[in-house]
Amino acid sequence: MAIGISLVRVDARDKVTGEAKYTADLEPRSCLVAKVVHSTIAFGEVKAIHLDEALAVPGVVKILTYFDVPDYQFPTPGHPWSVEKAHQDVADRRMLNRRVRFYGDDIAAIVAEDNVAADRAARLIRVEYEAYEPYVTVEQAMAPGARAVHDERPNNVLAHSGFQVGEMSYREALASEDGLVTLEKTYRTQTVQHCHLELPTSIAWQADGKINVITSTQIPHIVRRVIGQATGLPWGSIRVIKPYIGGGFGNKQDVLYEPLNAWLSLQVGGRPVKLEVSREETLASTRVRHAIDFHVSGAVRKDGSLVARRCLANSNQGGYASHGHAIVANAINCFKQLYRDEKALECQANTVYTNIAVGGAMRGYGIPQGDFAAECLADDLARAIGMDPLEFRLKNCMQEGYEDPHTHIKFYSYGLRAAMEKGRTLIRWDALREQYRDQTGPVRRGVGMAIFCYKTGVHPISLETASCRMVLHQDGSIQVQMGATEIGQGADTVFTQMASEATGISVGKVHVSTVQDTDVTPFDTGAYASRQTYVSVMAVKKTGALLKQKILEYAGYALRLPVENLDLRDDQIVDTLTGEILRPVADVALEAFYSLDRSQHITAEATSHCKINTFASGCCFAEVEVDIPLGKVKVLNIVNVHDSGSLINPKLAEAQVHGGMSMGLGYALSEELLFDGKGRPLNPNLLDYKLPTALDTPDLQAAFVEIPDPTGPYGNKALGEPPAIPVAPAVRNAVLHATGVAIDSLPLSPQKLVEAFAQAGLIED
Amino acid sequence: MLKILHMTVNGKAEELAVDVRECLADTLRERLGLTSVKKGCEVGECGACTVLIDGKAVNSCCYLSVWAEGHSVLTVEGLKGPNGELSPIQTAFIEEAAVQCGFCTPGIILTAVEIVGQNRPYTREELRKLISGHLCRCTGYENILNAVERCVAENLARQNAD
Amino acid sequence: MYDIEQYYQAQSVADAVAALGRDPAAMPIAGGTDVLIQTREGRHAGCHLVSLHGLGELQDIRWEADGALVIGSGCTFSQITRSPLLQGRVDMLCQAVDQVGSPQIRNMGTLGGNVCNGVTSADSAPSLMAYEAELELQGPQGARRVPIGQWYTGPGKTVRGHEEVLTAVRISPQNYEGFSGCYLKYGKREAMEISTLGCAVLVKLTADRSAVEDLRAAFGVAAPTPVRCPRTEAMASGRALDEALVKELGQSVLTEIQPRDSWRASRDFRLQIAKELCRRAFRRAVELAGGEIRA
Repeated sequence: MAIGISLVRVDARDKVTGEAKYTADLEPRSCLVAKVVHSTIAFGEVKAIHLDEALAVPGVVKILTYFDVPDYQFPTPGHPWSVEKAHQDVADRRMLNRRVRFYGDDIAAIVAEDNVAADRAARLIRVEYEAYEPYVTVEQAMAPGARAVHDERPNNVLAHSGFQVGEMSYREALASEDGLVTLEKTYRTQTVQHCHLELPTSIAWQADGKINVITSTQIPHIVRRVIGQATGLPWGSIRVIKPYIGGGFGNKQDVLYEPLNAWLSLQVGGRPVKLEVSREETLASTRVRHAIDFHVSGAVRKDGSLVARRCLANSNQGGYASHGHAIVANAINCFKQLYRDEKALECQANTVYTNIAVGGAMRGYGIPQGDFAAECLADDLARAIGMDPLEFRLKNCMQEGYEDPHTHIKFYSYGLRAAMEKGRTLIRWDALREQYRDQTGPVRRGVGMAIFCYKTGVHPISLETASCRMVLHQDGSIQVQMGATEIGQGADTVFTQMASEATGISVGKVHVSTVQDTDVTPFDTGAYASRQTYVSVMAVKKTGALLKQKILEYAGYALRLPVENLDLRDDQIVDTLTGEILRPVADVALEAFYSLDRSQHITAEATSHCKINTFASGCCFAEVEVDIPLGKVKVLNIVNVHDSGSLINPKLAEAQVHGGMSMGLGYALSEELLFDGKGRPLNPNLLDYKLPTALDTPDLQAAFVEIPDPTGPYGNKALGEPPAIPVAPAVRNAVLHATGVAIDSLPLSPQKLVEAFAQAGLIED
Repeated sequence: MLKILHMTVNGKAEELAVDVRECLADTLRERLGLTSVKKGCEVGECGACTVLIDGKAVNSCCYLSVWAEGHSVLTVEGLKGPNGELSPIQTAFIEEAAVQCGFCTPGIILTAVEIVGQNRPYTREELRKLISGHLCRCTGYENILNAVERCVAENLARQNAD
Repeated sequence: MYDIEQYYQAQSVADAVAALGRDPAAMPIAGGTDVLIQTREGRHAGCHLVSLHGLGELQDIRWEADGALVIGSGCTFSQITRSPLLQGRVDMLCQAVDQVGSPQIRNMGTLGGNVCNGVTSADSAPSLMAYEAELELQGPQGARRVPIGQWYTGPGKTVRGHEEVLTAVRISPQNYEGFSGCYLKYGKREAMEISTLGCAVLVKLTADRSAVEDLRAAFGVAAPTPVRCPRTEAMASGRALDEALVKELGQSVLTEIQPRDSWRASRDFRLQIAKELCRRAFRRAVELAGGEIRA
């Protein structure tokens, strides 16, 4: 059995020895460097751009501007393409733009012999702007008379959507009975960034009649398509190579500078060009997690039953559409999929263009934002009626068998309540709730929790398709080629285990190709939506069965036995009737290659078009200590419990949860990309953007309720993104328990806490 | 502005021409091909470029190469034994699942080499402080601390056994 | 690659002084953790550097016959923290510089750089103010000593002349013997942090440990430059160790500091933190001195 074992990562040795090659490690000799010139205003038009002084800098090869790029508008998100125009992503940017829509927008690019020349030239380019008053908030951009960020959306609303569940409206529900306890609140989430450690570097050059691009991406096949759309080049003339990548978390589920770099290389005769994006540029000019404001209302009975809720979510998109409305549309699903409102649930969402950094995909895809709002409201409602927040959730949460009324995604396996009960025990919920009641003094403790659910992949909202190819080697080992990508999460290791399970070839003889090369690698849309172990492995399973069948057919021929009586187990051809080991698969493979009688090179390839989806779920419990006069929150104890189906590799699953919890803690307590009134980012560097260090991170406990999911290829369902979701509301609710002060916006930064505690009279002179 | 630099890298004496404007990370990566030295911020805030100079961890992105004259530099390429065997620290990182995307890994391993080389016990909290110059976005530091803790303990056990 | 126009590695302090004298555009560099980062930012693009890196004569830590501690300006933060000569004598400084940046930065950055960059957020500054350190400078006209209280002239500005090299930081025995101190740094995270506010409190108790004989309170990021709080110090002198004093200390320092509003932190927030840190640093310093604060 290869499933459920903690196989060590197949790439770990390469990574501890430094042998793992990432994009920048593959730089060819005599590579030119490219530097993007960014706007220094957030909203306006470039009236003139003066290049003479910059062009005179020794070492500068070429400078290209918005004036030079082909006039193609293209979309950037890592979604599967749609052949139906209505479902295509919004194509709202060119590689370099004359109209500037956020501070750090791309207006020109310098190609130079080295970075010193490029930097000098960049400082010497003089740009004349016609500057408009930028919109930093959704309210500003939606105000009557606001100027359009994009002419195609005169009111700046990129999209609006909504849904209603139940037989009456929220208002009608309130009027329908007496004695309801109601709350109206606004919960706000902030702009944060992925901060993958590897910057989104790419290298482009022309060879073999193609434009070749090595890039740090989660989505190589999508990058190829978008380079084509942005440059006008035929898709087949573009080759994208993805080596090891140092994290993505959704930022690299967007096409960033690959089209520009491909085009720049072509402008300098196809010479290799490295486009390095600095940390500052990555924070300011790639993608961020959307800041979303949730205006919510809720009504409960005093017995704790949830009667009705209403939510209006406004998402701050920034200057370009990227993943656009899909994010906030997903966010409001939290309300629908987590709780049963007895009478009414109304949700509306707007995605609004502004002039801050561009919102895109980030781990959890809108759900961390929506979950914060839904789970703050759950605690605030429970508190309003004096009910234990865990009991409130157990009473009102979604039940086994739930099916979303709109997408028809189901909880095919359901472990939400079991996860809550497990977390309750692990954190010692009941004892701590009692112990921390009615505290006084400057340092107080509390315990809080939050739940979540998360779908697995994107069906039926988008296409889910994946391919896999397997090639039998002479020694009975196999090569597995997939368009699905290892981005640090451990995909190649669990693919190895699952390919082994599907074929009967032992894990040591399964070689998963970690490099994706769109000229070679079968199609897959890539790493996002916690989809690969579910969707892509459906293709692995199908291909594995096909390969196994071909091997057995050859073995039947070689052994002169009927194929129905043969099986492949642990690298051996065995007789299914007697269990007798007949021949090692290595011998069969060697014969198949070199038989003078019947030479056959055994390969298999299959596509899986996945048309099903299932919910994963879970919860976070956090115990905190709040230092009131200093506004500091220390997490004493934290546990995430996940209902992610069967675990393929328990140790890697735990590790994945740790990373998500850490990201959740940063979201809760310290991370925030700040902008001034002019839309200029204030802290786009790793000193001022507060990613948690080891000293800021407590021990992280990961736990699971393993309920096999009948739809998962090996009983598994989503795990990659979920760990980041419930942490922030759990911490917020713990601070509420400790202090009685409800903080309704993220992050729970010290200054915000001190101001709130002072207002609540908790700080002495 | 080239200058001849003499330094020992991973135990081997090197003599090479470097530009005085170069940082050590670039020299190691581009002139010696030691690409385990990663660049994540170029301002000493992420720790990915950490190497040991005379046994002490420094951020090689903000260290001029010419300063390494006469000094000894260690990168993870230098940790393997003569027959390619992994060091106990590398093994611990593999077995404790302390590696995910791997970008911060070489730097943290070198800090771990410095820590283990002190030949003294540390509390987990002290270890947190000692690795706090490395940002990791994948692991929440949990398994990294487990690996470093284990290396410190195993090293002391070996010392006591000798 | 850094945009460095000229680079000169000094062979000695005298050589560095001469090199600075030859080039009005030259600036000294030691650990590099500030200068190189600012060069990359473009602030010093095209800079002329005179490197003090690795100069042995700047890396000495001495305990002189008269009891003065002399710390070479080229000592790294980690050298200072680990110095057996400094431990037990100026613990507060050892502990303060152990909170700079990260372990790697502490292996690179120097005390001299931290003093010469003149910034109010320097983690060594409040402690050096409290210890009334003297700064030894070498210039074309010879050596001079400047009390740290006269060092800072504005944000990022000091009295160091263009051709002068800071060679050492001197702490006299009357400023550390019998004192215990505590430096508390407040940041948004626990490592790799620029101080939001820093507070150093140094106390000497009366022989019976019941009252304050001498108290010094200094802050970083509470004004454009590091500052002492003389009125608070005078108020505390001779006072019994009790909660009333603790409370009064917090309130008193607020009248002597001028933190500013910035996007990093508001003035009001910094005042609250200053009040609280000062009390906590005092409590800890008293505890280290063997005293007890009574109700």
